[in-house]
Amino acid sequence: MATDRRVSGWWTVWGLLILVWALFPLLWMVSLSFKDPDTFRSGTPTFFPETWVWDNYRTVFADSLFTSALINSVGIALIATLLAVVTAMFAAYAIARMTYPGKKFLLSMALAIAMFPQAALVGPLFNMWRNLGIYDTWIGLIIPYLTFALPLSIWTMSAFFRQIPWEMEQAAQVDGATAWQAFRKVIVPLAAPGVFTTAILTFFFCWNEFLLAISLTSTDRARTVPAALSFFTGASQFESPITYIMAASVVVTIPVVILVLIFQRRIMAGLTAGAVKG
Amino acid sequence: MAAITMRNIVKRYGDGFHAVDNVSLDIADGEFIILVGPSGCGKSTLLRMIVGLEDITSGDMIIGDTRVNKKAPRDRNLAMVFQNYALYPHLTVYENIAFPLRLRKAPEEEIREQVNNAASLLQLTEHLERRPANLSGGQRQRVAMGRAIVRKADAFLFDEPLSNLDAKLRGQMRTEIARMQRRLGTTTVYVTHDQTEAMTLGDRIAVLRKGVLQQVGTAHQLYEEPANLFVAGFIGSPPMNFMPGRLQDGRIETPFGAVPASGPRLSKVGDRELVIIGLRPEHFEDAALVASAVRGRGQAFTAEVDVTEWLGNQLYAYVPYSAPAEITQRLEELERELDSEQMRTQLVVALDAASRIRSGAQAHLWFDPERMHVFDAATGENLTRDPDRSFAEDVHVPAAKPDDTPPAP
Repeated sequence: MATDRRVSGWWTVWGLLILVWALFPLLWMVSLSFKDPDTFRSGTPTFFPETWVWDNYRTVFADSLFTSALINSVGIALIATLLAVVTAMFAAYAIARMTYPGKKFLLSMALAIAMFPQAALVGPLFNMWRNLGIYDTWIGLIIPYLTFALPLSIWTMSAFFRQIPWEMEQAAQVDGATAWQAFRKVIVPLAAPGVFTTAILTFFFCWNEFLLAISLTSTDRARTVPAALSFFTGASQFESPITYIMAASVVVTIPVVILVLIFQRRIMAGLTAGAVKG
Repeated sequence: MAAITMRNIVKRYGDGFHAVDNVSLDIADGEFIILVGPSGCGKSTLLRMIVGLEDITSGDMIIGDTRVNKKAPRDRNLAMVFQNYALYPHLTVYENIAFPLRLRKAPEEEIREQVNNAASLLQLTEHLERRPANLSGGQRQRVAMGRAIVRKADAFLFDEPLSNLDAKLRGQMRTEIARMQRRLGTTTVYVTHDQTEAMTLGDRIAVLRKGVLQQVGTAHQLYEEPANLFVAGFIGSPPMNFMPGRLQDGRIETPFGAVPASGPRLSKVGDRELVIIGLRPEHFEDAALVASAVRGRGQAFTAEVDVTEWLGNQLYAYVPYSAPAEITQRLEELERELDSEQMRTQLVVALDAASRIRSGAQAHLWFDPERMHVFDAATGENLTRDPDRSFAEDVHVPAAKPDDTPPAP
């Protein structure tokens, strides 16, 4: 018993260490965002602000650079996620349930696309998008996001669909359901954890993406928050924009944290799904 | 409610494998029929062809008066209970049972009434709000049956419904299924590999082997008058004993002495040299316990018993014997097909529990040659069979026709 307690004590210590390691940058970010932008570098440096001020948040939300970027981020991420999840759901169902020639090829192509380095695509996309007239538009970002989000979504969801016993669907069909009804009333509810997991992962991907966002946008029309952050400047060239950037970062981190907290159990179910037979 | 007629049903897979080969079967309205056979004999495939989950390669599947070959499962109005129940885990018991009615867009009032009726019939009333994951195996089984009942389907199809339950529960559920079927009087097709279920549940049993229908008949007909070696070996536990036999001068030579082939049954054997003799374990008696009045008409012999098993109500004795290679091979083939483990040429004898025979002893055993089955050694056909023999016990108890009043709780 004593050794048991000691072992679990060690685990607690390790856990705390890792927690501090992971949370420190976040705390630093929050703390900076509440410091006075004019004076945070002067005097003795402290971890926590000497006086807590909301100035940074006020400035950030007054800046159209940030507010329009926030709208762009939310809009682009939501649309891309919705499209990716709906498309991936049907694709994954077909992969899990049907046999057709070229299925293996399709799956490996999807994987190959997911592995393709994004940086190599930026140049060609930039030119193409300009010629097509969708440079610096929402759709211009949504399309490449879909490209990179779909393979992962399809793989995750087809794993979920495969877990659902085929008898479920057959039972529904015998009970009088059409193929569509069986899909909607039996398969989709059962795959809901998978759909949620995929949706959240896709949303995070689109929300955090930086490379394409900065390369394929030039104005407030479509620039997302990660890209916009790099354009922040202080009130004058002698003022550091760091506290503003931190305030903006806190604002864009909040939705992610909230999403994770709400769907924590679902995500866990998703990540560990298939590990053991339920 | 409807009769089901199958005419020359064939299921051939893409690789040319015949899962079901030319099966014709008439199932009367309200009849309870069992499809039985070892694993891979095509019984489940046949069931799935009835319900429409499997395409029919050729032949006619007629339910009621309509040919349903091309109809989707949902248009056939059948209800099926799957081996793993296939309950919808995201729905409560109530919603699971209501599912077929909801698909039909039945009014809420009707759904509630139907589900409550089914629930009280199956003793599920207090579980209606629970989810399948929180139910025991037997309860899940009953929910699956409930889902079938509310459909008012033309026929019930069961695909090995009890094989996931433990032995005790299996016995209970077996009687429950029989009771339900008698009460509702719905045509039922029931697939199993368990011969206790096969013998006790149905009005008739259809035995399948490698996709070919071997024999259709009542439990008595199958047990007493099996059509061939396969049926004889499949039905009965412990299984029928098979021994080599040789016809000579109007007598049949068995490893345990020659018997006259002159009785009404044995005279049908005709003129052939090598045959296989089948005798059920309980057709042997301890010679010491046979009444002297009947002893004369039977055959007594002495054999060495190497193992005995006393079960309280009876005693199993194992008697090894040697057989010609030709027959041994044939029997081994048969046992492989029947998925049975017993590869020795030995006789299993079920004796009265009062018998004093013990392991390693020389035993005096007795059997009545008139109860012998004689099979053709090459084709396995039963030469002594009387296909028209009927049994008083088989008089079908007419299933209670369901009327419009809801079943009493």
